[in-house]
Formats: sequence, structure tokens, C-alpha cells
Amino acid sequence: MNVFLALTFSGIALGAVYFLAASGLSLIYGLMDILNFAHGLFMTLGAYVAWDVASHLPASWGAPLLFVIALVASILGGALAAGLTEVIIIRPLYGRPIGQILVTIGLDLAVVGLLLGGFGSNSLSVPVPLWLIEASHVGGLSLPNSDFVALVAGVIVLVSLELFLRQTRYGITIRAGVENRDMVSALGINVGRAFTLVFVIGGAMAGLAGLLYAVVFSGDLISPTQGDSLLIFAFIVVVIGGLGSIRGSAVAALIVGLVQDYANFYLGSHPGMAEIGNLSVVLLLALVLEWRPRGLFGSTL
Amino acid sequence: MSRRRGAIGLGLVVLGALIPYIGLHLPWVLPSTVNVVNSTGTLTVLALCFIFAGVALGYDVIFGYTGLLSLGPVMYFATGVYVFDITLTHWNWPLVPALLATFATSLVLAVVLGAIALRVSGIAFTMVTLAFAQAFYYLIEDNPHGLTGGDTGLALYSSRLPAFMSGAVSNTRNLYWIALGFLVVSYAVVWLVTESATGHVLVAIRENERRLEVLGVHPFRYKLAAYTLSSLVATGGGVAYILLIGTAVPSAVASVTVTLSILIMVVLGGAGTRWGAVTGAIVYVYLQQYLLKVAAEPSFASLPAFLRVPLSQPQFLLGAIFVLFVIFVPGGVAGVVVRRRLRVAAERFDAASATPSNTVQEEP
Amino acid sequence: MTSAVSITDLHVTIAGSHVLQGVSIEVPVGGVTALLGRNGVGKTTTLRALLGLVPSTGAISVLGTDVRGWPTHRIVRLGVGYVPEDRDVFAGLTVAENLRLAERIDEPRYDDVYAIFPELAERTRQRAGTLSGGQQQMVSIARALLNGWPLLLVDEPSKGLAPRLVSELADTLERVASLATVLLVEQNLAVVRRLAERIVVLDHGEVVHAGDAVELADPELARRFLGVTGAR
Repeated sequence: MNVFLALTFSGIALGAVYFLAASGLSLIYGLMDILNFAHGLFMTLGAYVAWDVASHLPASWGAPLLFVIALVASILGGALAAGLTEVIIIRPLYGRPIGQILVTIGLDLAVVGLLLGGFGSNSLSVPVPLWLIEASHVGGLSLPNSDFVALVAGVIVLVSLELFLRQTRYGITIRAGVENRDMVSALGINVGRAFTLVFVIGGAMAGLAGLLYAVVFSGDLISPTQGDSLLIFAFIVVVIGGLGSIRGSAVAALIVGLVQDYANFYLGSHPGMAEIGNLSVVLLLALVLEWRPRGLFGSTL
Repeated sequence: MSRRRGAIGLGLVVLGALIPYIGLHLPWVLPSTVNVVNSTGTLTVLALCFIFAGVALGYDVIFGYTGLLSLGPVMYFATGVYVFDITLTHWNWPLVPALLATFATSLVLAVVLGAIALRVSGIAFTMVTLAFAQAFYYLIEDNPHGLTGGDTGLALYSSRLPAFMSGAVSNTRNLYWIALGFLVVSYAVVWLVTESATGHVLVAIRENERRLEVLGVHPFRYKLAAYTLSSLVATGGGVAYILLIGTAVPSAVASVTVTLSILIMVVLGGAGTRWGAVTGAIVYVYLQQYLLKVAAEPSFASLPAFLRVPLSQPQFLLGAIFVLFVIFVPGGVAGVVVRRRLRVAAERFDAASATPSNTVQEEP
Repeated sequence: MTSAVSITDLHVTIAGSHVLQGVSIEVPVGGVTALLGRNGVGKTTTLRALLGLVPSTGAISVLGTDVRGWPTHRIVRLGVGYVPEDRDVFAGLTVAENLRLAERIDEPRYDDVYAIFPELAERTRQRAGTLSGGQQQMVSIARALLNGWPLLLVDEPSKGLAPRLVSELADTLERVASLATVLLVEQNLAVVRRLAERIVVLDHGEVVHAGDAVELADPELARRFLGVTGAR
């Protein structure tokens, strides 16, 4: 039982990271019909910016402060990368949806190639406070502190995103645009500004996801291709949840995180089944699509 | 016109077939280590170009002609590589049954998975094909029953393989001809299909699927046929690949990167045109292989880092070229040529119709 | 400014079909001009092209300004309210949110809107997707009226409404027309006869007739251009 609870907890933490990675993707798709292959790049860049900033500041500032700075840096790095992407390479291609997908694929390849050239394919280590590597004991369970960080980050982002989408004028514009972009501009609103905004928001969350994934699941190590492997799961979460739906992404992210965690633990130890966690997620996608081709939460926010 | 193009094509094929006999030195066109045209290294690179040109042609049927963005071609390429490799290496089958088993597997996979994926359209179709291909990749990585060799890969080794096909260096020119033969066959098949009535239906699906439905045509069957055809061609490419390279490694033959490369080849050359796909693939593979070799040359190390790092990464250069092409040259190489041809034709037309004016409608 | 809308030689091609083939329309300031024609002759496309929602060639001037190549939001901000076919309210947004998105001036005229549609004032927190068809039409018209703009494009407002609601709608449109120039696409001849002063008839992507609305009394004309006999 304790094993099951601990597994559930880490599955939820994994789900929180998937949510951060997927929700921006879902918003971008919902508003702009773009399957953004550069989203993995935003995750990777967030992690690298965080690493770069944290490893250039004096260690005397103390690990906790440096880690907080790294978190902020990952958010800003992802947001900046995404905003520039939208303005420079997506904007010239408005009205050419396939072209927009292709251009994000090319950008991802190019910049990941550049990172491979600059940093090599070896992993780099992000400095983190000792506390983060330890575990807390809660009711007889030993739960990694890093999982708590992911969980808290996921909840904070979910709540603030919902507040933003429901309470602010920009948020309402984005929700309306996901439903019917043409009608938003026919009310005299410059939809292009909303496009840039969702890219910036999505990029910020992706950057955070990139750093947290490294901290929570890959022993504080970052590598140039990490974001791309995370991206596949983010895509799956978005499709299962329903393209364009934030709540759908949140629910699907939890399901995917749990399924992957359980499958890995209970089945993955058998010979020839090391990849069963990943495989089960793909099977889940096929099942959901057969049952509900538009995903769990259709297409409304 | 078309007879002249046929003659050019035939000429190119004959030239390609003769390349193993040409001992020319091409210092700038080819990397210095292998700069003789018929060296083993050059023939291998050219054979790879031909293999991916064939695969890109097949992919162009589903993507360029039919307008469906599938991210699944690598799955069928990997089927060609692995089923052929496994039946020969592990099960010691003779060549012909191994080939039949390989294509039969690919056919079943394509029909079943294609039918599932085509239940959804647009981006969802793209996602499902990507997910299936990823699942296939995980399966291969998992090394079920020790069949695929997992990450370490599976070398092709079989006493039943005809001697001239085995991977010995002396056989490179045979394997080169096999690759060229594969390209010629793919081209012929794709040419027959795209020029047929079926081909016109495929283009009509791309242009306006709903209108076809109104006319009483069931697009599903045609889409599945296009998907299956492009899958079988990819499988043929996989077979030629494993013969040439001799080892199957998941990251090189089954990962999503392969799909993206094929997509890029088709877009660079010009989606929806046959020779565009071929040109795009040959240029892509050539650059990919050549850039790697250039980066390894000693003179390169003296460049300053801000130049050396980007220039030593084929992935960066190809990605950047691709982005520029998508933005500035939407029709690819073929699009530029076609546009020029159209412009010339329009000028001739204008000149011819200069006297009885005001009947010519001007395009915006 | 002599015309509220002036369209010259408008061409639109959608998915390979030449939907509009040189349409020219003048809409004078004031009153209701009705754009008529059978289904699929390009009436909705004309309105969408006017707003820059579909790419087109030809000259378009809105409220005296040449808007060729302008993005939709800039054309709208010249002072154009749009009530699209099928209403297109944002189903997931509340009534208040729908209206809030339409606010383009500092003091939006909620009093006027609620005076015309008192029912909406009671339903501000309801999700627009849960409203009845008639209520959704109110939201759609309210969005177009909120800024007191001089030009309204109204596309088949009576479509899908119960007969009782259609006559209420006509009352509303009559009030609206006293405030602004209206370009109305409508299939219901009774509504057209009651509201319109001028008619423009489209067929196969071309203007085949333009004239005074009283001509509609001639049943032969109605049959020839609109494929209808009398009022529906």
C-alpha cells in the first residue's frame, strides 16, 4: 500500500510537469491551429538559461537563493524564446498553417543543433539546494522534496492561468479566440497581439517545465535533446485532454503521469519491457481517440 | 516536352549507373578524404541519397499530393530495416521469403494503422501517426525476445544472402546499384499512380475534400491507398538501407528525427512534385554527410568559435536552411522553377496577345 | 462622404472556386440596403470580404476610407458593427464577457443595448452557449450596437428563429436602422419588404440587379432573382 501511495505521489508530480509542458501547447493550438514543435526547444532553452544564470552567480549567495533565481530565469528564458519565435518566424506565415508547423520543426532542429555544438551532447548539472535532493517523511511515506516543488509549481500555474483566462480582458480574448478567431477580429480586436501573448505564456510555462523536469526526474541534469523527448508526451497529453482545453490538459497530464508511473513500476521490471511506461501512454492515446476522437474535454476552455 | 524530360531522366539514370566506373577527382564537391567519385565512401553517400530520394518520393504521395501531414513514415522504413534484418539474421530465411515477409508485414501494418489514424483528420491525424511511430520506436528499443538488439542495434549477418549483396567493401558498388534500382522503381510506381485517375483524386482531396464527398467519391479509400503506397515505398527504402549500411540502430532508423528529415527533404525540393522530392532528398543527404566531413577537417579547427560551432553542426545548418525555405521559398526548389516557367509562358502569351488587348485577365 | 460602403469589381476565390466575380455595390448613408439572392451566391462572402475576413481583389471603401489590404480589426474600428450569419456568439463565455469583448469606446452604450434587449440585462452571467437561438441573436446584435457605430453589417438575422421572434427582430432592426446605416443580408422577404429601402441582387457571384425596394412587390422579379414566390 505504501509503495502504491508513493508511486501515486510521484505520478502526480510527473503529471504536474506534463501539465506545465502541455498547457501552453494546448493554448497555442487552440488559438492559432499551430502544432508547435518548437515547444520542446522552449523547455530546453528554459533549462539552459537557468543553468547559465545559476552557474555564473557567486556560490556565496547560497544554493536556495540561486535555485529561486534559476526558476525565475527558466520562466523568463522560455518566455523570451517563445515571444521572439512568434514575432520573427511565425508571424510571416499567418494563413499558412502547414508552413507554421514546418517552421517550428526547422527551428527546433536548428537550435538544438546549435546547443549540441556549443555544449556537447553530455548533460550539464544544475546547482540545487541539498534540501531538494532529500525526502520528507509524511505519514510513514518517504516523499522526495523535488516532487513537492513540481506539484506546488503545477498548482500555482494552473490556478493563475485559470484566473488570468477568466478575469482579465486578455484572458477572455484568448478564450474567445480559441472558439472563433475570425469573430474576435470582427469585434475590432487585434488577434495578432493575443497570438504573441499565448506564445509568451506558453513559453514561460515550458521553460519552467524544462527546469523542473531536470530537477525532479533526471537528477538535476540537462541536455540539448531533453525537451524534445518531453515534447512527445506533452503532445499526447494535449490530444488526450482535448486540443485547446486547459482543464483537459490538467486532467490528461495527471492520467498520463500516473499510468506511466504505475506501468513502469509494476510491469517495467519484466525482461524486454523497459519501455512499457512509454508504450502504455501511446496505447492510452489510441484508446482515448477511438472512444472520443476530440479528446476528453472537446474544444472549449 | 514530356518526351524531352523522359530523355533527361533516362540520361540521368544511365549516368548514375556508370558512376562506379568514373575515377574522377572532385576536391571541392566531395570531402577530401573520399574525393574520388567512385571511392567507397562517395558511393555509399550517393546510395544513401538515392535511398532517401525513393522514400521521399513515396512520402510525397501522402504529404505533397494528398495533403496529409503524416509523421509515421519512419515506422515503415524501420519495418523494412528490422523485419528484413531479423528474418535473415535470426531466422536464417532465404532472400525471397524474407523480402516477402518484410513487405507483407508493412502492408498489414499500413492498412490497419492507417485505417485507425484516418478516422481522425487534420492535426489529430498528424498526432496519431506520430504516436504510433513513437510506440514502434519504444518497441524496438525494448528488444523483445532479443530480436531487435535494442539500443546496441542488430547487424545484418546471413549466410543465405547472395554473396554479391553482402556488406563487404568490395560489394559497395553492387549495393549502390541496388539503391539506384530502388529509386528508379519508386519513381516509376509514384509516376504511374500520380498520373493516373487515382492521382487526380488524391490532389482533389488535398484541394477540397468536402467537394469530393459531394460528388459521391469516398476519400477514405483513396487516402488509405496513398498511405499504404507511401508506406510500402518506405519499407523498400529500409531494405536497401540495411543492405547498404549493414547495421540497424533505433536512433538512426526508427526515431522521429528520420521522419522529420524526410519531411524536410520533400519541402526543400517542393511538395507535390516528383523530381522536387528527389532533388530535395539528394541535396539534404549530401549536405548532411558532406557537412559532417568538412567539420572534421583540420583547417576547420582554426576558425573562431562563433563560426566553428554552428558550421560544424549539420543539424543547425539544415534546420536553418529549412526555416528560410519555408518562409521565403514556399514551393521549394520545384516551386521556383515552375514559377519561372509560368512567367516565361505568361510573357510569351502576353506578347502573342498584345494586339487584341483587354481580354486578358490579370492575376493579382 | 456619399457612400457608407463602396465596393468596386470585387473578386474572391475560395478553395479553387471563384465565388465573387466582379461585384460592385454602393451603399448610401442611412437606411437599410438589402443584399439578396439565392443560397450560395456569395452574399455572406461579400460581407466577409468587406471586413477583410477573406482575401479579395478589387476596391473597397468603408465610411469614406480605402481599406484595401487592411486587417479586419482596423476596418472594424472605423465604425463597423458585424452581426454574422449563425450569430457566432462565444458559447463558452458569459453574456457579459461577450459584450465586454465588443467594447471599443470609453463609455460603451450598455443603457441603449439593455433598453432594446431587457432580457440580456438579467442574463449577464449566463454562458452564451446555453441561451436560446433568439437570445443568442440578441447578444450578437448587442455586440454590434454597443459602440454606437455608424455602419452595421447584418447577415441573415432571422435564420432559424421562430416566426414570432422574427417580427420582434424586425421591430428591433427598425429601431437600429434609425441610428445607423445597415447592410442587411436576408432571405425572409417579409422582413426585407418591411425594412429595406434599396435592394441589391446577387446571382452566381455577380450583381444582377440593384434598385428600389418597392420593386420587390413585383412577384415576377422576386421569383426570377430569388427563386421564391411571395413571402416565406
